[in-house]
Parts: sequence; structure tokens; C-alpha cells
Amino acid sequence: MKPPGKLLRGTALLLYFFLYAPIIVVVIFSFNAARYGVGWTGFTTKWYAALADNPLALTAAKNTLVLAATSTLIATALGTMLGYGLKRFYFPGQKFFQSVLHIPVFIPDIVMAIALLMFYELAHHWLGWFELGLTTMILAHVTFQIPFVAIIIQARLAGLDPALEEAARDLGANEWQTFRRITLPLIFPGILAGAMLAFTLSLDDFVVSFFTSGPGSQTLPILIYSSVKRGLTPDINALATLMILASLAATLALTLLQRKKAVHK
Amino acid sequence: MTKPQKNSAAGWRPLLISGPAVLWLTVFFFLPLATIVGISFFSRSDYGEITRPLTFENYQRLVGFGFLGFDLLYPGILLRSLALGAGTAALCLLAALPLAFFIARLGRCKNIALTLVVIPFWTNLLIRTYAWQIILSPESPVTRALHWLDVGAAGEALYPGWLALSLGMVCDYLPFMVLPLYASVEKIDWSLAEAAMDLGAGRFQVFRHAVWPQILPGALAGIILVLLPATGQFVIPDLLGGAKTAMLGNAVQQQFTQNRDWPFGSAISVVALALVLFGLWLYRRKNGGKEIELA
Repeated sequence: MKPPGKLLRGTALLLYFFLYAPIIVVVIFSFNAARYGVGWTGFTTKWYAALADNPLALTAAKNTLVLAATSTLIATALGTMLGYGLKRFYFPGQKFFQSVLHIPVFIPDIVMAIALLMFYELAHHWLGWFELGLTTMILAHVTFQIPFVAIIIQARLAGLDPALEEAARDLGANEWQTFRRITLPLIFPGILAGAMLAFTLSLDDFVVSFFTSGPGSQTLPILIYSSVKRGLTPDINALATLMILASLAATLALTLLQRKKAVHK
Repeated sequence: MTKPQKNSAAGWRPLLISGPAVLWLTVFFFLPLATIVGISFFSRSDYGEITRPLTFENYQRLVGFGFLGFDLLYPGILLRSLALGAGTAALCLLAALPLAFFIARLGRCKNIALTLVVIPFWTNLLIRTYAWQIILSPESPVTRALHWLDVGAAGEALYPGWLALSLGMVCDYLPFMVLPLYASVEKIDWSLAEAAMDLGAGRFQVFRHAVWPQILPGALAGIILVLLPATGQFVIPDLLGGAKTAMLGNAVQQQFTQNRDWPFGSAISVVALALVLFGLWLYRRKNGGKEIELA
């Protein structure tokens, strides 16, 4: 194919700029000295220092990490098992479950948030279970993470050469040995990719967290939302910049991981 | 049905492997959905509690038959949300086409260019959305330039409003359109386009008849990936759209925070869910019974 012409190149560059404009703006303004408004009044790093003394931000950061790490751990285990089970075994209702696995992926997050909130409220009312807090948030996050992990694992399994597993069985390996020594190492990059996606989804989530949180379980996205609603404050830009940096690092790691996978093939 | 299993363990092993996740999703996803479907048929007490009698009133309000006679508020919100979803999908498609062709024509830099499209998707949506408040605030150069072009009132911010909303929506959803579209563009068989050109077709005719049909599957997947989540978006209309552009998501949130009308809020959620299921079903039918490919 011929290389892109001038017009196409120009349009694409503009679109890239459009995609990155919000990110660039947040990073730049995290160094703006102005307390109010967005006029540029000079370079400063004081908002980053202020962040370290902000107990609300520190608690929110801790909650966010605990929530993301715990839910990712559970969802990766359950999602991997589901992806493998759906692809390799037959059980009653399997076809149905396979076809409804996409619903949690596409459902508007506010609908899922409301459904979980109502479920928690009713269960709390009748049974005394599910007091809103970090636990209900973890349960909620695992719920939207499982399908993503399972779908990635299924794709990875679909790309596997069945001859490898057959060879192991022909050489006398039982089902567990085949899984442990052949299948698991082969789908491991998929498991890592799934875990990374699950972790990012959890870090990124605001809507489901907002509705299933209780007092004291505020996360970073909830903190940012309430600050934005009250009127922008510059230290939120500093916080956002740190979060952008974290996701950049994660994306880079995932890209390198996938490159390794491509070399494998 | 499968063949009868020789190994008796094979009967319960699948349940052991898929069972925990199936159980989890049943309890924390399908049961809650069933809960709001149920609640949507109840009434609201004067204190904001869920109470009898069972009624269809919540759904009647949604299509315009309120207690005060015909009221266009909720049908309007429904149509506006669909328009927002469709408009976002259309604008994203328009922007994704040049991007997809640009990336496909690059040589070795292809993967880097594609990763550059994906990176914003990995950064927090809330952050990327409130950034537009800064870009469109009264003092920003962008706002001043647009004021000079007679867009918006001088000295005022360009949000909340449709312009800010569209910019935020397209910026946030563009990666979802570029990825499937690029996958199709990369597989285009250009000999068909050459054949069309040899037969005397103009540039537009070549695109329309020889190129477009080949990228249609990717475009359809992209449209679904944008349209469905965009229709139910809550954060972006909330931060950039304002009260005049309240969408389904905002209406749901309002019923659960300010109005404390859980049955009605549930009914709106059920309608949003029904729209998504309808979209997925339609896509599957058009796509020969195959699910949308996400991984």
C-alpha cells in the first residue's frame, strides 16, 4: 500500500491532537500557580506537595488500590476458570451463558450500578447483609471484571494449536497435567492481559463505585468527581496527572507483553 | 447433547470449573437485574419507599402519560439519548475513517500509531472529560478563538451545552471505533478497487462499491461499540451537557438521588437495558448469529 498522502497525514495528526488535548491540558495545568480559574500565572509544583498532605486524597488512593487489587485477584481467577470451562467443557445451560456473557460488557454502567444498589438495599433490609462500603464495591467490581477476563481467555484458547494438548495426552499426561504443563503456560499472557484490563477497569470506574460505596470508602474517581462538581481545584489536576502517569506505565507494560506474545507466534 | 462420558468425574468437573463464576454472575448480576425489573412495577410511597400497588404507571410516564396528562419530558429524554448515541457513533465513524486508513498505510510504525490511539482509552474517563471544562472555560484560547468565530456568547464558557457534550463524547469513544475499523481496513483487498478503477469508476464510486463493502463489518462492530455505551452515558452529559441535555443516565441518577423514586428510576434503567439487548440482538442477526468480537 502506498504511504499516506499529505491531506490524510494532516487530518490524522489533527485527530491525534484532538485525542490527546484533554490529557495534555490536565498535565499542563497541574503546574499552574493560579488558585482559581484557568489563567496561567506561573509554574509551580506546590499542588503535588499539597497532595501529600491531603488526608482525603491519601485515603482515597489507598481505597482505590485495595479495591482494584482485591477485585482483580478474584476476577482473574474466576474469569480464567469461566473462560476455560466455557471453551473446553459442556454443561447444561452453557450455550445460554456464553451468549449472555456479553451483556455485562455492554450494559450502561449506571444501570448496573443501580441494579446492584437496589439488590444491596433489599438484601440489607431483609437479611441485614451487604452494608455499603469497600466490600460491596469489591463484589461489584468483580462482577463487571469477570466477563472481560473470560472473553480474553477464550480468545487466547481459540488461538491455541490443539495438537499441543493432544501430544501431551498421547504421551500419557492426565487432564490436570496437560492443563498445568501445557495449557496454562500457553494462556498465561492472556491471563496477565486479562488481569491488567480488570485492574484498569477498576481504577477507571466511577459510576458503579459511586453508587455502591458507603461512608469512608471514597475512591480517587469519586474524589475527583465531587471536586469537579464543586468547582475545579488545581490539586485535582496534580492527582489526575499522577493517575495518567500510572495508566501510561500500565499500557506500556501491556504493549510490551503483547509484543512478546506476537514473537511467540 | 454430548456423548455419554466414560469418566464419571467429567459430570461434575465442568461445574467445578465454570460454576463459581456462573454463580457469582447469577447472584451479583442477573439477580440484581431481575430485582430492578421487579421494582419497576411497584409504586412510590409518599416517603420515597417502594410500596404496592403493582402498576404499569412508571412505564406509562416514560412514554408520556404522566399524572398531569401528556408530558413530553421523558419521551424527550429517551429520544435525546438515542440521538446522542447515534450522533456520537456517526461522528466517530467520520473521524475514524481517515485515522484507520492513515494507520493502515504506515509501514513499520503501524503498531505505535495504533497504540497511540489506545492509550487515551486506558486513562481515566472522568479526567479526560473534566479536561474539556478547562479547554472550554471563558479564559482559554480555544474559547476565545471560537467566540471570535461567533460561537457562544463572549466572556462565557462554552460548557455546558451540545458543543462541549459532542466534543467530550467523540473524544472519549473514538478509540472504540478506530480499533475494529482498522482491523477491517488492514484486510482490504485492493485489487478490487483497482479493477473498479480499470472499469472506469470514479473515486467516490470506487470507495462506495469496492472499498466500503469490505470495511462494513468493522464499521458495524464499531457502531455497536460506540452506540450502546454512548446512549446510556452518565458522566459525560453530567459534566459537559448540563440540565438542558439531560440523558437517560442522568434521569436514572436523579430518581435515585434527588427524587428518591426507586420504582420509576428502575423503570428507566430497564428501558436502557432493553435498548442494549435489542442492539446486541440486532447485531447478532446481521452478523450471521456471531457475537461481536472484543478480544
